[in-house]
Amino acid sequence: MRSAQVAGSSQNREVQQVTPVSSTSSVRAARPTKAESLAARMWQYRWQYLFVAPMIVLFIAFTLWPMVASWVYSVFDWSGYGPLQNFVGLDNFDSAFRDPLFWNAFKNTAIFAAFAIFVQLPLALIVAVVLNDNALKGRNVYRILLFLPVVTTTAVVGVVFAILLNPSGGPINEFLLSREFLDRPINFLGSTELALPTVLVIDMWKGIGITIIYWLAALQTVPGELYEAARIDGANKVQQFARITVPLIVPIGIVILLLTFITSMNAFDIIKVMTDGGPNGATDIVQTYIYRYAFDPEGAPQFGFASAVGILFGVAVMLLSSLPMLLRRRRRTQIGPAPTNGDER
Amino acid sequence: MTLTDDRPRVGTTTIRTRRTNQNRRRAWIQRVRQVPTHVILIAICLAWTYPFVWMISTALKQSGDIFNLDLIPTDPTFENFARAWDSANFGQYTFNSVVVSVGSAVLVVAVSALAGYALGRGNMPGKKIIVGVLVATMFLPKGYTILPVYILINALGLNNTLFGIVLAEAGPAHIVGILLFMGYFSQIPRDLEEAAIVDGAGYWRIFLRIMFPLATPVTATVFIFNFISGWQGFLIPLVFTLGAPELRTTGVGMFSFFGEYSVDWTGLAAGAVISVVPIIIVFLFMQRYFIEGIAGAVKG
Repeated sequence: MRSAQVAGSSQNREVQQVTPVSSTSSVRAARPTKAESLAARMWQYRWQYLFVAPMIVLFIAFTLWPMVASWVYSVFDWSGYGPLQNFVGLDNFDSAFRDPLFWNAFKNTAIFAAFAIFVQLPLALIVAVVLNDNALKGRNVYRILLFLPVVTTTAVVGVVFAILLNPSGGPINEFLLSREFLDRPINFLGSTELALPTVLVIDMWKGIGITIIYWLAALQTVPGELYEAARIDGANKVQQFARITVPLIVPIGIVILLLTFITSMNAFDIIKVMTDGGPNGATDIVQTYIYRYAFDPEGAPQFGFASAVGILFGVAVMLLSSLPMLLRRRRRTQIGPAPTNGDER
Repeated sequence: MTLTDDRPRVGTTTIRTRRTNQNRRRAWIQRVRQVPTHVILIAICLAWTYPFVWMISTALKQSGDIFNLDLIPTDPTFENFARAWDSANFGQYTFNSVVVSVGSAVLVVAVSALAGYALGRGNMPGKKIIVGVLVATMFLPKGYTILPVYILINALGLNNTLFGIVLAEAGPAHIVGILLFMGYFSQIPRDLEEAAIVDGAGYWRIFLRIMFPLATPVTATVFIFNFISGWQGFLIPLVFTLGAPELRTTGVGMFSFFGEYSVDWTGLAAGAVISVVPIIIVFLFMQRYFIEGIAGAVKG
């Protein structure tokens, strides 16, 4: 029996090839019905199921159930404690749609995404192309230094920058004042116009290292001979980049776009620490908006309402992030299977 | 360069010398051409490292010296570290961060190694469904599921415990790990298993004694990845320690320290150094695994 199921755990795709050596052979010889053979096969793989079990438990508890539960909470007026009984239908969604502060938070979240995609992503690609040059001395040192902020805790980064940018005595303002670039200090985080751009730049400072690593990984999939050939044909660096690099890294680029987009949706940490959504909602994003209603309310917590906003947010993100996937699939059907297809792993 | 040309020698030697000199010259030109690139990169890297340098230098300064822009403290002191470590509880917070990061990393490695092994070798019925669902959820945002997770941890009686934080961090975080382990285990040749079976080893023993040790590179990647994200975690420890300040991790501790003592810049800088130095050291030693893990996740 033991040998049978281990043989079954091999890479063989066809079940028929998995010839059971001992006891199960009799079962197979008797030409069992479909249900019986499935049960037999499942028994054969009982160890595999046992191995998968902890993952399934965690998956149901922390991924599947939370999704279902959010939908359930969202139709109740519920404070997070006591029984769910005050059914309100779609009222929570309705009041979210009517709240200008919700739309404000939504707009700021969209700005974060746009900044990540249209500023951070191209800048990271430029840096990656520069660092991808084997002849460049010290490129590993540059790579590590640019990556350092990625591993540091966002909350710490937020506090440090809040001090650096402080209008009364913060080093950046002091420096600008002492060199007479300024007459009076700039209140980076306290002004409604400057707070959002400031936080965007700091978020990029924190996160661009990982995007650079993504792009470097993508660039390394381009075979070096292609550049060699292009050089012989007299193509300059810009032409090489436009004609060879870009077309070849588009498939991975779409994945990188997606990852960067999803990361930009998680700016909670930096905002919570630096501005808490202020001043006057100028940096409020959907996550800080949700947090305020669920964990930091003025009156009773509103878990039902917060869940409804969470669902709206989740659906919006999902719709947007499925766009590149659709694009990618269309490309794939046009040019055949992409080399970087991970589905069949 | 011209010296060799002026002194005629036996033909071959002259050509060889000229060639090496040409190569050397080309390398030199290349290096000169790189100078502008280096200047820009160094400027960028200065902007990227300045906050770290500032944080270390301020942590060593006397509190009266903070408005001095010099990065070298005139009269260095470790008093700020002592204050952050004891009075501001960063000693306790560091301990909590270590427990949370190691705990969630160990949990993710265990769960994803087991599942990756089962899914990577053999076609168990339902395998395709499981893998399909896992991949599909990888691209779903998890930010907004904090509310039900909070209710769940509360219902399990684990709110305001470190284990609750570990579970909430590790619970949804295993998908990339499973895919990495799956890919690795599916490439190991069958002969190894067959030899072990002949020796009478069972499924569990084959996994524990042969397969899991073989997968050490993947284990290292998954562990480091989850250790670092556990250390960085903010929302989860923030929510689960609202009623238990003594369980704060360094990130949350920094946040509340900032809220209460926003004028104690030297103390805050010392707290920041305490919070980020361990993770930077871990990263520098393990960066190969970490960066490969990220790169692999994109290419996979």
